[in-house]
Amino acid sequence: MQNVIESSGISKNFGTTKALNDISFSVNESEIFGFIGPDGAGKTTLFRIITTLMLPDEGEIKVLGMNCTTDYKELRKNIGYMPGRFSLYQDLTVEENLNFYATVFGTTVEENYELISDIYSHIEPFKKRAAGKLSGGMKQKLALSCALIHKPKLLVLDEPTTGVDAVSRSEFWDMLGKLRQHNITIIVSTPYMDEAMRCDKVALIQDGKILAIDAPQKIRDGFSRKLFTVKSVEKYKLINTLRKYPMTLTAYPFGDSVHVTFINDMVDNSLFGYLIKEGISDVVVQAAEAGIEDRFLELMNKTE
Amino acid sequence: MRTILYLIRKEFIQIFRNKFISKAIFAVPIVQMLILVPAITFEIKNVKLGIIDRDMTSESRGLISKLEGSTFFKVSFSTFSESEANSLLHRNKCSVILQIPSGFGRDIGNANPAKLLATIDAINASTAPLSWAYLNGIIRDYNMDLITENISTNPLVPLPQIQITNRYWYNEMLNYKYYMLPGILVILVTAIGFLLAGLNMVREKEIGTIEQINVTPVRKYHFIIAKMVPFLLIGLIDLALGLVIGKLAFNIPFEGSILLMFFCASLFLIAVLGLALFISTFSGTQQQYMFIAFFCMIIFILMSGIFTPYESMPVWAQDFNLINPVAYLMRINRMVMLKGSTIHDISRELYSLAVIAICFSALAVRRYRKTA
Repeated sequence: MQNVIESSGISKNFGTTKALNDISFSVNESEIFGFIGPDGAGKTTLFRIITTLMLPDEGEIKVLGMNCTTDYKELRKNIGYMPGRFSLYQDLTVEENLNFYATVFGTTVEENYELISDIYSHIEPFKKRAAGKLSGGMKQKLALSCALIHKPKLLVLDEPTTGVDAVSRSEFWDMLGKLRQHNITIIVSTPYMDEAMRCDKVALIQDGKILAIDAPQKIRDGFSRKLFTVKSVEKYKLINTLRKYPMTLTAYPFGDSVHVTFINDMVDNSLFGYLIKEGISDVVVQAAEAGIEDRFLELMNKTE
Repeated sequence: MRTILYLIRKEFIQIFRNKFISKAIFAVPIVQMLILVPAITFEIKNVKLGIIDRDMTSESRGLISKLEGSTFFKVSFSTFSESEANSLLHRNKCSVILQIPSGFGRDIGNANPAKLLATIDAINASTAPLSWAYLNGIIRDYNMDLITENISTNPLVPLPQIQITNRYWYNEMLNYKYYMLPGILVILVTAIGFLLAGLNMVREKEIGTIEQINVTPVRKYHFIIAKMVPFLLIGLIDLALGLVIGKLAFNIPFEGSILLMFFCASLFLIAVLGLALFISTFSGTQQQYMFIAFFCMIIFILMSGIFTPYESMPVWAQDFNLINPVAYLMRINRMVMLKGSTIHDISRELYSLAVIAICFSALAVRRYRKTA
């Protein structure tokens, strides 16, 4: 089976800034492939290269077996792209936008309705409403419908869930899961680590470099230390105090607790003694399983 | 073809859904015609004249009343002090000072050459010589009156005379509105072509919708054509509206073929829209676009010959006008409307417009990049 995307040594510079540095990866058919990384990591630049909107300075990239530089015309018929910024016509209605993109791709809404019915049915009651007047979650569903209307083989979603509420985010990922039945390969970028677990494969990207590529579970398993969660009412003070503790390796905030690793990979009574001396007496310490974020931070520290 | 039609339909939906633009499209030509046509005129009227009459004879008073009687001059003050007159000229209280020295009447009686001194504010280099010409004309008239009087008293002296009768063709009454109106129609169409389409294109860049279009298989020329057609039609509708106003409000004559005029205007609009879209390909924001487009528009309009005769421009300016679509339409419009010129009379202009239209549009398509 051929890989949907085959990238080797892609680089892109903007002036002296290295936006992408030697990026190599491959995406299999019907896979949901996630690019996880903070803002400015280079995710959008990479996606613009994949969607033929930009040419790489170095390296080679093949998408759907075609060369991004020379076969862009054929390629564009087979890619559905949802840019990070809402890029549909805000002054056209939901229905007009969908019809417009269908026509532009030389198809009709009816022809591929089955593919989008799951998603579009949520917004169909508002089809006469201007796209700009939809809520964030509905805009995202419309954008996805428009990106899918020509039945693309590859769907490229640039931060589709940014600025969308937690419930809609979860719904959105359910929809992506269903699309797999239609043999659509999906690459998606997100700054949310919790969404990584819903991908088949994940690439951690930072400063234009890929830190790791693997199944999300394997990335978590790669965490090399024993992780503990420490909880206290005064979280901020707790982090600062823990960071001063000589046996602490790392201490990062994580939700309402702190994720901590120690040099000797264990918790002993001297920690509690130290914390009480510093005025924190209500601590609860538990062993924890590392998440993607913990592994990401560990990899980031290593490269630094 | 279906794609182009759909793209065009989309543009129209967007234009008419924009409440401001959809109204402005019809309001602009009406306002522009009603304001500019009567306002812009080169006719000189009511030039403020200051008089220093040191003579105070019946001859000097006769000359002054002749000046007062003309529509060109309005005597704004009369003084004996030269310095006062000069300071009034300095403060824009008058534009021309006429000094009648003492002895003016006496010299006329003696048949000596009588003298007058005129001082003219020449800040405006085109009205100053005209004021002088009018003043000169009135004084010559006055002179003729004196000679005729002399002849009647002394009929033995024969007076050699050449009499010229003239007739103004194409605009017999020298009505400036007839001259300006076709030009203002051109400005109207230019503004529509330059501003709307280009801004529309840059707006798609600014809000990011072009990004989504660029990953679709839409052809470059499809997209450019779809941006041109709606504004071409709007330009023609505005031209029609302007003509109707010209007929109703100013009773402008229309000697030539309306069809020919609209055909020329279409070619012109394609040229201007092509240039506008070309500029939009290297503008990232509407502000950048406006700056460049406005600059081009001003140059094109001022060099087109709307105010100043094309033939009296320096040679390099005439050469520049070879690529100035506004200059061609300016000539075509006036010729077709006032002279009734036919397609043969304007064939050179027409070919040139066609070449410019093709070149600018091709540039726009070439420069429009779907990949950064």
